[in-house]
Amino acid sequence: MSAGQVALVATLAVPAVGASVVAALPSRADRAARLVGTVAAAVTLVVSAALYRPGDGGWFSFGPNPPAIRPWHDLDVSWASGLDLRFHLGVDGISYPLVVLTALLTLLCCGYTLWHVPDPGRGRLLTALLLAIEVGILGTFLALDLVLFFVFFEVVLLPMYAVIAVWGGPDRRHAARKFVLYTLLGSVLLLVGVFTVVSAAGTGDIVALTAANPLSRGTQLAAFTLLALGLAVKAPLWPLHTWLPDAHTEAPTVGSVILAGVLLKMGTYGLIRVAVGVAPEGARWAAPVVGSLAVAAIIVGSLVCLAQRELKRLIAYSSVGHMGFVMLGIATLTATGLQAALIGNVAHGIITGLLFFLAGAVKDRAHTGLLDDLGGLRERAPGLAGVLGFAAIASLGLPGLAGFWGEAFAVVGSLRRGGPLWSTLAAIAALGGALTAAYFLRLLRRVSHGPASPVVAAMPAGLARPELASWGPLVLLALAVGLVPALVLGMAHDPVQALTEVVNR
Amino acid sequence: MSDLQLPHINYAALAPMLILFGAACAGILIEAFVPRERRYPVQLGLSLAGVVAAGVAVITQAGTRTITAGGAIAVDGPTVFLQGAILALGLVALLFVGERSLEAGGPFVAQAALIAGSEPDRRQVVRPGATEVYPLMLFAIGGMELFVAANDLLTMFVALEVFSLPLYLMCALARRRRLLSQEAALKYFLLGSYSSGFFLFGIALIYGFAGRVDFAGIHAAALGSDRSNALLYGGLALLSIGLLFKAAAAPFHVWTPDVYQGAPTPVTGFMAACTKVAAFGALLRVLYVAFDRVSWDYRPVLGVVAILTMLVGAVFAVTQTDLKRLLAYSSIANAGYLLVGVLAMSKDGLSSSMFYLVAYGFTVLAAFGTLTLVRDADGEANHLSRWAGLGRRSPVFAAAFTFLLLAFAGIPLTSGFTSKFAVFAAALDDGQTWLVVAGVITSMVLAFPYLRVVVMMWLSEPAESTPTVSIPGVLTSTGLAIGVAATLVLGLVPAPLLDLSTKAAEFVR
Repeated sequence: MSAGQVALVATLAVPAVGASVVAALPSRADRAARLVGTVAAAVTLVVSAALYRPGDGGWFSFGPNPPAIRPWHDLDVSWASGLDLRFHLGVDGISYPLVVLTALLTLLCCGYTLWHVPDPGRGRLLTALLLAIEVGILGTFLALDLVLFFVFFEVVLLPMYAVIAVWGGPDRRHAARKFVLYTLLGSVLLLVGVFTVVSAAGTGDIVALTAANPLSRGTQLAAFTLLALGLAVKAPLWPLHTWLPDAHTEAPTVGSVILAGVLLKMGTYGLIRVAVGVAPEGARWAAPVVGSLAVAAIIVGSLVCLAQRELKRLIAYSSVGHMGFVMLGIATLTATGLQAALIGNVAHGIITGLLFFLAGAVKDRAHTGLLDDLGGLRERAPGLAGVLGFAAIASLGLPGLAGFWGEAFAVVGSLRRGGPLWSTLAAIAALGGALTAAYFLRLLRRVSHGPASPVVAAMPAGLARPELASWGPLVLLALAVGLVPALVLGMAHDPVQALTEVVNR
Repeated sequence: MSDLQLPHINYAALAPMLILFGAACAGILIEAFVPRERRYPVQLGLSLAGVVAAGVAVITQAGTRTITAGGAIAVDGPTVFLQGAILALGLVALLFVGERSLEAGGPFVAQAALIAGSEPDRRQVVRPGATEVYPLMLFAIGGMELFVAANDLLTMFVALEVFSLPLYLMCALARRRRLLSQEAALKYFLLGSYSSGFFLFGIALIYGFAGRVDFAGIHAAALGSDRSNALLYGGLALLSIGLLFKAAAAPFHVWTPDVYQGAPTPVTGFMAACTKVAAFGALLRVLYVAFDRVSWDYRPVLGVVAILTMLVGAVFAVTQTDLKRLLAYSSIANAGYLLVGVLAMSKDGLSSSMFYLVAYGFTVLAAFGTLTLVRDADGEANHLSRWAGLGRRSPVFAAAFTFLLLAFAGIPLTSGFTSKFAVFAAALDDGQTWLVVAGVITSMVLAFPYLRVVVMMWLSEPAESTPTVSIPGVLTSTGLAIGVAATLVLGLVPAPLLDLSTKAAEFVR
C-alpha cells in the first residue's frame, strides 16, 4: 500500500476507532473521553489534510481517453466478491475540500463539546456519535463505489438521529422522527437507484461508470430520477426540505453545525459525483426541472426567512435558499455552474457552521431565540455581535467573503447556459440573492441594534476562550476562501472540466 | 425368486443424521436410567457433543455430491451447507435451552399435557430439572437435517413429521404462562397437521401425475407426460402450502405470532432460526430440482405470496406491542425476503438465500436470547412499554440489542444489509424487479417498529416497574456473543461465507 492509500484508510479508521474508544470509556472518565475524542478528530484532520496531492492525475491523463475521475489516491480492494462489492476509496479535487471541511468542523464540534455539553450531559457519548457521523460523511465523500457510497450515506442517519433526539431542544423527539422519516425515504429511493444502475451496468464502480457510460437512455432517466430524488431529500431541495428547519432548530449546537455544515453536502456532492456522473443523459433531461426547483427554493427560503421570528429557524431556512443556489449551479451542468456549486458547498459549510455556533452562543446566554425578545446585542456583547455581523454579511454574499462566489457564479453559469428558461432562472435567482441580503440585514437589525432588551441586558458579556477557538478558524476560512477562491476552485478545475465533457458528450 | 436387492447406503454421507438420531435415542435412555439430579449435565453434554460430532461429520462431507439410500437422500452442496447451518444454529439454540441460571430449574417443565393450573401442573412448575427437552431438540435437529437432504417427497414428508412433532411438544413446555404455552402448542399442532395433510395430498397428486415421487422422476415427467397438468399444478400448490406453512409465509402465517409468543423463548429462537433454514432448504430443493421446468407457471403465484408476506409482516409489525410478537411478524417479513431470493431461480438466488438463512438465523437467535434476560417477578417482561429506559440501566445489553435490531432493519455494516442486498441483487439480475421494489419499500416500513424499540430503550424515562436485566449465565453469554459477533462479521466481511455458499450452490439430481 502506498502512503496515500494508508492515509485514505486512516481518514476513516481514526475516527471510527476514536468513536469506539470514547464510547467504551467509563462514564466517570467523561472529560478524559471527550479529550480522547477531540484528539482523534484532530488526528483525522491532519490525516485528511495530508491527502492533498493535486496535479496531473498521473499518466492516465496523457492517454487518448483520460477517465473523467482521476483520483489523487486510489484504494480498490474486493469487499465481498460474491456480491461484486468493492471497497473503492479515492479523493480528488471535488471531494478534497469537503473532506477537509468535514474533518475541521468535527474537530471544532468535539472541541466545543469538551467545553460545553448540552443537557442531559453524557458528553462522551455525544463525542462518540460526532465521530461516528464523521466516519459516515467522510466515507460518503471518499467512496468511489455506488454501494459503498450508499453504505456510508446510511451510516450517518442513526447517530444523527440520536444526537437530535437526546441532546436537542424541547421538541426534539418530533424533529428527530421527522428527520429519520424523510431521510429513510430518501435512502430507499437512493438504494433503488443504486440497484437500477448496478444491475443494468453490471458494476458499481463510479470511475468506470463515469468513464464509459454504459447505461441506455431509459435506464439513465430512471436512475437519475431515483438517485436525484434520494439525494435531493438530503440536500434538501424544495419541496422536500420540510424536515430541515425542525431538525436544525431542535438539534444541539454541535448537531446543527454538522447538519448544516457538512451533512447537507452529502446530497449535493452525491448529485455531482453520482447522479450526474453516472447518468449524464438523465441529468441533461432533468436539468430544467432541477433548476426550476432550485430557484423556487431560493425564493421560498428567502421569503420564509423574512417572516421568521426565531434565530435558529431563520438560519435553518437560509440554508434552504443557499442550497438552492448550489443546486442551481449543478443544474446548469456547465463548468462554471459546477464550480459555483462546489465553492458554494464549502462556503455554506463554513459560514452556516459559524452562524449556528453563534446562534447557539446567543441562545445559551439569553435562553431564548425569539427575535422579538432579542435586541441590542451590540450594546451588551460587542464581540459576539461583531462576529455575528461578520457571519451574516458573509452569508448574504458580500464580495470578498466566501459566500459571494457560489451565489454569483451560479447565476453567471445559468446565464451562460443561455435560452429563455435559464436566463429567467438566473434573473429570479439574482432577485433571491437580494432577498437574502434583506433578511440577513433584518436579522442584524433585530438582534444587534437598538436598545438592549431585558434578556440581552441580563446575559453575560464576555466570550469564552473555547468559543473563540471554535469560531476563529471558520472566520479565517470565510475570509480566505472569499479573497482567494482559487483555494477551492484551483484543485476542482480539472475534475469539473472532465465531468462537463462527460455530460456534454 | 431372486434375492431382495438392498439399496447401497453411503453411511459416511448419512453420518450427521445417524449421529443425531443415535444421540436422541441415547437421550431417551438417559431419561429412563440416570438419576434425576444427574440428568441435566449428562443430557446437556450429550446434546452438545452430538451436535458437534454431527457438525464434524458434515464438514468431512464437504466435497460429497451423491445420491444414496436408494435415491431417498441427496447429499450435495446445498445439503451440506444447510445441514452445517442447522447444526451451527442448533448449537447456539441449545446453549439458550440449556441455560439454568436465569430461572430455577430452567425454562422448561416435564409434562406438556397436564391441565394448566391443576394441582399436578402447579407441582411440576415449582419442581426443578426437566430434561426431556434435550432429546426432543436432537430429534428436531435430526429431522431438519433429513428434511433438507430428502430427495423424494415421501422421505421429505417423514422428515417433516420427525422435526415437527418434537417442536409441537416443546412449545407446550414453558414453565411460566402455562396456559399460553399450551394454547400455542395446540394451535401449532392443529394447523401443522392440516398443513402436513395438504403436503401429503400434494404428494398423492404428484404421484398421480408423474408416477414417481423422487425429484429426478418428477423433473423428467414435467417435460413430457400424457397425464393432465392439473395434477401437476394442484400437487405443486398443495406441496407449497405445506412448505410455506413451515416457512411462515402469508397467508399461511397466522400461527406464527401466537406460537412464537406462547412457546418458551429459547424454543422460539430455535424455531425462528432452524425451522426457517429447514423449510427454505426443502422449498429450494423442491422448486429447483423437481419443478424447475414449470417455474414460469408458479413464479408469479409465489411472487404474489412473497409480496403479501413482506407486506403482512411489515405492516403488522408496526402495530405490535409485545416484543415476541414483533419479532414473529419480522420473521414473517423475512420469509418474504427469502422468497425473493428463492424466486430468482438462479445459482445466485440459491447461494444468496442460503447466506440469508445463516445470517438471519444468528441474528434472530441472539435477539430471542436477549429476550430471555429481561425479567421481572412473573418471568420474562416482553411488553414493549416495560422496556422503556432499559438503555440507562444496562447500556451494554441495550447496545447489543440495538445492534441486532439495526441488523433486522437492514442498516449497512450489519449482516442484515449484506444478506438483503444479496437476495435483492440476485432477484434483480433475474429480472424480478417488482419483487425487489416491494422488498425495499417494506424493509423501510419494517425499520420503524425496530427503531421504536430502540427509541423506547434509550430515550424514554425508566418507569417504576422497569424489569431488570438478569446476569446471563455462561451458556447464554456464549450464545449471545456468537450471535452478535456473527451479525457483525457477516456485515463487515461477508466474503468467506458468500464464497462458501456460492461454491455449495449446485443441486444434484
